[in-house]
Amino acid sequence: MKKVLYRHLFSKILGFSLLFFSISFYAQEEAAAAGGGDPAKGKQLFNQNCAACHALDRKMTGPALANVEARLSEDQGLDKEWLYSWIKNSPGMISSGDSYANAIYAEYNQAAMTPFPTLSNQDIDDILAYTAAPPPAPAAAPAASGGGDGGSAASGGISNEVILGALALVFGLLVIMLILVNKTLRRIAEANGVVLEQEKEKRLPIWKAFAKNQFLVLVSAIFLLLASAYFAYGWMMQVGVDQGYAPVQPIHFSHKIHAGDNKIDCKYCHSSARVSKTSGIPSLNVCMNCHKSIYQYAGNPEGPSAEDLAAGHTNDFYTAEIKKLYKAVGWDEENQSYTGETQPVQWVRIHNLPDFAYFNHSQHVSVAGVACQTCHGPVEEMEVVEQFAPLTMGWCVNCHRETNVKIEGNAYYEAIHEELSKKYGVEQLTAAMMGGIECGKCHY
Amino acid sequence: MASNKKYWKSEAELNPNDSIVETLRQNEFTEQIPVDEFLGDKENLSASNTNRRDFLKYVGFSTAAAAVAACEGPVHKSIPYVVQPDNIVPGVANYYATTIADGFDFASVLVKTREGRPIKIENNTDAKVNGSANARVQASVLTLYDSKRVQGPSANGEPVEWMVLDATVKAKLGSLKGSNRQIVLLTQTYASPSTDKLIAEFKEAYGENVNHVVYDAISEDAALNAFNAAYGERALADYDFEKAELIVSFGADFLGDWQGGGYDSGYAKGRVPKHGKMSRHIQLESNMSLSGANADKRYPMTPTQQKVALAKLYGKLNGSSVGGGTSDVDEAVDKVASELKKAGSKAVVVTGLNDVNAQTVVLAINKLLASEAFDAKNPRYVRQGDTAKVGKLIADMNAGRVGALIMDGVNPAYTLPNAEEFVTGLGKVDVSVAFAFNNDETAQAAGYVAAASHYLESWGDAQFKKGQYTLMQPAIRQLFDTRQFQTALLTWMGSEKAYYDYIKETWSADILQGGSWNKALQDGVFAASAPVAQEEGAVAASQAEAEEAEGESTVVPIASAIRSLVNATSAGTELVLYSKVGMGDGRQANNPWLQEFPDPISRVSWDNYVTVSKADAEKWGVENKMVADGGVNGSYVKLTVDGKVLESVPVIVQPGQAVGTVGLSFGYGKKAGMQAEMATGVNAYTLYTNFSDVQSVTVEKAAGEHEFACIQSQKTLMGRGDIIKETTLEIFNTKDHAEWNHMPQVSLNHNEIPVTSPDADLWDEFDRSIGHHFNLSIDLNACTGCGACVIACHAENNVPVVGKAEMRRSRDMHWLRIDRYYSSEETFEQDNEKKDGMDGLWGEKGSLGGFREMEDPSANPQVAFQPVMCQHCNHAPCETVCPVAATSHSRQGQNHMAYNRCVGTRYCANNCPYKVRRFNWFLYNNNDEFDFNMNNDLGKMVINPDVNVRSRGVMEKCSMCIQMTQKTILDAKRDGRVIKDGEFQTACSAACSSGAMVFGDVNDHDSKVAKLKEDDRMYHLLEHVGTKPNVFYHVKVRNTNEA
Repeated sequence: MKKVLYRHLFSKILGFSLLFFSISFYAQEEAAAAGGGDPAKGKQLFNQNCAACHALDRKMTGPALANVEARLSEDQGLDKEWLYSWIKNSPGMISSGDSYANAIYAEYNQAAMTPFPTLSNQDIDDILAYTAAPPPAPAAAPAASGGGDGGSAASGGISNEVILGALALVFGLLVIMLILVNKTLRRIAEANGVVLEQEKEKRLPIWKAFAKNQFLVLVSAIFLLLASAYFAYGWMMQVGVDQGYAPVQPIHFSHKIHAGDNKIDCKYCHSSARVSKTSGIPSLNVCMNCHKSIYQYAGNPEGPSAEDLAAGHTNDFYTAEIKKLYKAVGWDEENQSYTGETQPVQWVRIHNLPDFAYFNHSQHVSVAGVACQTCHGPVEEMEVVEQFAPLTMGWCVNCHRETNVKIEGNAYYEAIHEELSKKYGVEQLTAAMMGGIECGKCHY
Repeated sequence: MASNKKYWKSEAELNPNDSIVETLRQNEFTEQIPVDEFLGDKENLSASNTNRRDFLKYVGFSTAAAAVAACEGPVHKSIPYVVQPDNIVPGVANYYATTIADGFDFASVLVKTREGRPIKIENNTDAKVNGSANARVQASVLTLYDSKRVQGPSANGEPVEWMVLDATVKAKLGSLKGSNRQIVLLTQTYASPSTDKLIAEFKEAYGENVNHVVYDAISEDAALNAFNAAYGERALADYDFEKAELIVSFGADFLGDWQGGGYDSGYAKGRVPKHGKMSRHIQLESNMSLSGANADKRYPMTPTQQKVALAKLYGKLNGSSVGGGTSDVDEAVDKVASELKKAGSKAVVVTGLNDVNAQTVVLAINKLLASEAFDAKNPRYVRQGDTAKVGKLIADMNAGRVGALIMDGVNPAYTLPNAEEFVTGLGKVDVSVAFAFNNDETAQAAGYVAAASHYLESWGDAQFKKGQYTLMQPAIRQLFDTRQFQTALLTWMGSEKAYYDYIKETWSADILQGGSWNKALQDGVFAASAPVAQEEGAVAASQAEAEEAEGESTVVPIASAIRSLVNATSAGTELVLYSKVGMGDGRQANNPWLQEFPDPISRVSWDNYVTVSKADAEKWGVENKMVADGGVNGSYVKLTVDGKVLESVPVIVQPGQAVGTVGLSFGYGKKAGMQAEMATGVNAYTLYTNFSDVQSVTVEKAAGEHEFACIQSQKTLMGRGDIIKETTLEIFNTKDHAEWNHMPQVSLNHNEIPVTSPDADLWDEFDRSIGHHFNLSIDLNACTGCGACVIACHAENNVPVVGKAEMRRSRDMHWLRIDRYYSSEETFEQDNEKKDGMDGLWGEKGSLGGFREMEDPSANPQVAFQPVMCQHCNHAPCETVCPVAATSHSRQGQNHMAYNRCVGTRYCANNCPYKVRRFNWFLYNNNDEFDFNMNNDLGKMVINPDVNVRSRGVMEKCSMCIQMTQKTILDAKRDGRVIKDGEFQTACSAACSSGAMVFGDVNDHDSKVAKLKEDDRMYHLLEHVGTKPNVFYHVKVRNTNEA
């Protein structure tokens, strides 16, 4: 009965959403026909050219653009021609003294809009068509699909329990049956006079036998001692090694989303890794390069995965984390301006070398070309970053012994390599051969 | 057979009736150990809740808890910038060119900053004048982080806002405008075109009664007046010692602080023998100064004798006869005169006598010689103080003629000989404002204290020498609520302009001549291509002053000058006041690096003292002696000058001190605004009557002994010529180097072979021919012993300050020391002869008495300086004895020290023949017992983040600045290029402006250091030990050629 009901619900939702999409499509086509633009193409152009500064439904660096054409003609009496010239050459419009151009220039902190002379009128029509189409209602579809997901997950849970319960019941019954059979057989045997239990010979308990065998005792004692020494050593060696350390950070920054999903290069944010000894935790102004316009988390188009949901990582959750960034950096979303009230973020440091060990990122990243992941692991897959490598001296030294120096194209190394190969006939150099495992290279 | 001898442990045992002896025969102690007192109290014991088992439980638990707690690492926070400044990359140093012009030290320097914190001062090699930082300038970066700084303005001891202070001062200045009471600006020497212009504008704004008085704590008045009389400008003649082949100095310590200093680099260049030639330096002086120590010939003379000698010398050169005066200087004068005549225009004469006559005569002599090294056309402006005006000001103040007194960069309540008079006068001034860095004597006496900014927080400019300009730019935002004098002056003039804009305008209008401001700012220096057409502010002001001064000062005709010089007489002992390279005029006295810096001559730190010749010491019954703990103690004396008394001044018996003179250094004895540990020594300014550095003094022995923190108790080399090798120019030029730079021989199978031969070696040689192989060359001819390298090393390597008590125990932590050796005979050569001539133990030539005699330096010894740091031996004795392999050798020639591996056995230090390893006897950071810069957050800002801060129980030593060589290598790797010669530097070689220290890669065969290693003068310290060091020295050559 239940299953049938669900199936009905599903088909209904499917039906509704299909209907909904077809209607909206129809509406868009209609608009396109009216304005002579293709909203699908427009969307693409919009994302390429405009989205950095404009959103449809909210003010960003520039004004919200939903229905901009209609709004301009209604409020300001400006036609499409004005828009064409504004988009293609906004500074020109400002300097020509156009009143609305100057007004909008003043309103947005005198930040001139980038001119787009390459856009054709048709392109602009497309974009305008896209802006004119009512933005898709964000709530309906995800809510529906979310509901569906929740339902299916719940039904899966119930069925599992039922199966398990049934299995338990069957096993219980089997046990009872066995006992009953046993009892019956026993009764029959008793009735037939068969002697079931015979007095066994009294044997030495096994532990006493073990204690009597001195050789065995000795061997096992040695074994035990060795084993405990092994484990004690192992335990002591991990003191101060924080491999797997994944602290909770003040802002839930997901490397998975940034480096994994969006494929941002590590060194875009950790830029000082190229030139400095520290990789540098990016300052908040680096975050704002993107997050000025990315004010909410839209997630993957299919909605959050079950895994994310289980951890509570909903889209709203991530959006709330972005708001934390705004608070820290002092960004006023309403007015699109900085308030100047900052609260520097106190990140919890994960990779922490002791002070007596000198490590330089640029040596490894820029000179040797070592991938960040070699030491930091698959950060792009980590929702919460954890320490991947043990960061022990043995680990460093191993790598220095095994890794060949990247000589090609580096005049410094080439000069030394030339000398070395002449002298010893070495083709490949490891870091250790260059003196990379000498104490003073890292300890000073 | 057993001996029947009876041993006594004490005299008491001889008395058989002594009860104590009887008891001791049975027991260890005469009295019972009072166990009963503790255990007999049963009641108390049983009442205690803690029994033995509980106690063990507690011990066990707390040990386990401590162990468990130690396993969990602390949580570290990382806080990035909210908005990262464009020019800062965390972990990468930035350098800015700036200028120190604090009134005593003037130098163009580079500041190294890390994450916005200045951490080190470097030389500005672009500068043509004073581009090198001396020890005090090197240490000035720590003064920025002085925990005793004034942190905001105050009025009568109460903190106020700047606005309040501004309003009060403005109101007062306004009310004084046009009145007959003076507005006085009492300032340091700025040598700043913009400041001069600003003060001129200030005068315009507030009328005729504004009076600008420039005050130098240590006056160069005589030289300024003499130059003024001769050349019509109140400035100082400039000297280029590089061009001089003969330098004759009458008491001028031109390697120290004479006339603003900065002459050592030029001097050192002429001292290195090139093509068989080097300059010759004759010094006639009373105190043993740095210059005297470097001289080829030194005549100890009292100031009076110097005056007579100078007058007679002029007579000889001039051909006129100068009669009268003492005849004991005649011999010296004859010799000097004949040499001068021969050298002609290649000679130069300088004097440090603070006497207008002497200065006039010296100017005349240089003119007479047409000396090439003498430059009166482009004089220096680094001293402008006018003592006559200061004297008049004090009189005016006491007479109530001063309405407002604004002071900057001066501390007259400490540096004036008549400080009480000044303080009384200050009480009669309506508004007194002191721009103060510390809450010093003057700040405490002044009504308003305006918190002054450090030069690393200020904008400014300076003209050290005519046409040579330099800019000062802030390297950090003001740490506290402070302001620089010029900004305040602008505010009080009602100007809205920032001082930065003011300087920029002045420069564009008067100085740059169309040059780029940004380039000048980046370089820090700007040389005017042609003499600037009358810089309005500077020259106008100084000319006005000059005219005024002319009216007052007596223009001395040369004849009368000679007459008064030759008739100079002295009444009794003469006290010669001087300044130390480590302390200067004492404005940085609260700097622990400088306090701990050992004086190059006496090797005493944390003190000043009166220097006495050996003959006088015997006469007065004062002495220095070594005591059991290895320290040096000195007697106290009482100094009386003209009724003024300095009690309990410790004595250092100084070889080379002229008999009949004693010396005492300025800069110590400061008490106000100082940390207690740093308030050391006695205040010599109290005896600086009439700003004359020579005073007639009565010396009396006083009771008690002073404990010195002297880190070199052995004074002579005892003829050990393999430590400092030296020769004369004549031998150097004529003989083979094997003769004067002898290679020690060792015996192998009864054949003598040189110690450097591989056959004589115990060890297998590593192959160091590939990659870098660092060597440090130290030229003993060029090294003046100035000590800039010591402080540079301090700053670069986070060397801790250990304090006076630990210094006394020879536990100094300096990685780099400059040993100073005296000869026991007149010359080191004679020492060697004496040692070689010893025969047997006793008798005339016996070694027992002979060596004892050699421990005593001669009355007028030769002096040699030798910087010694870890020699980075290729066959290092320290490495073989380390039980944990904490010290090991690298392929690049550096001897590594892994602190985290060291367990502190100190075997290495014992096995080091050079005694360059330093042990951390205590934790020197975050320890209240060592309350210096590493014990407060402010002082810790100077710490170099690339170098470890060492902990207790760890051995440390010079690393040959491996953090710097590694950085150079990394930069080259990143750029993918080969390293050029000169890129590799250590802190000491970079700080060395005299060119004595050259660092580099000897595998780069074209490098400077590789060439220096091939030089005939090259030798290794203690070569016969066979350690094969990577530091090498160059034989010291003395120019004893008398013309």
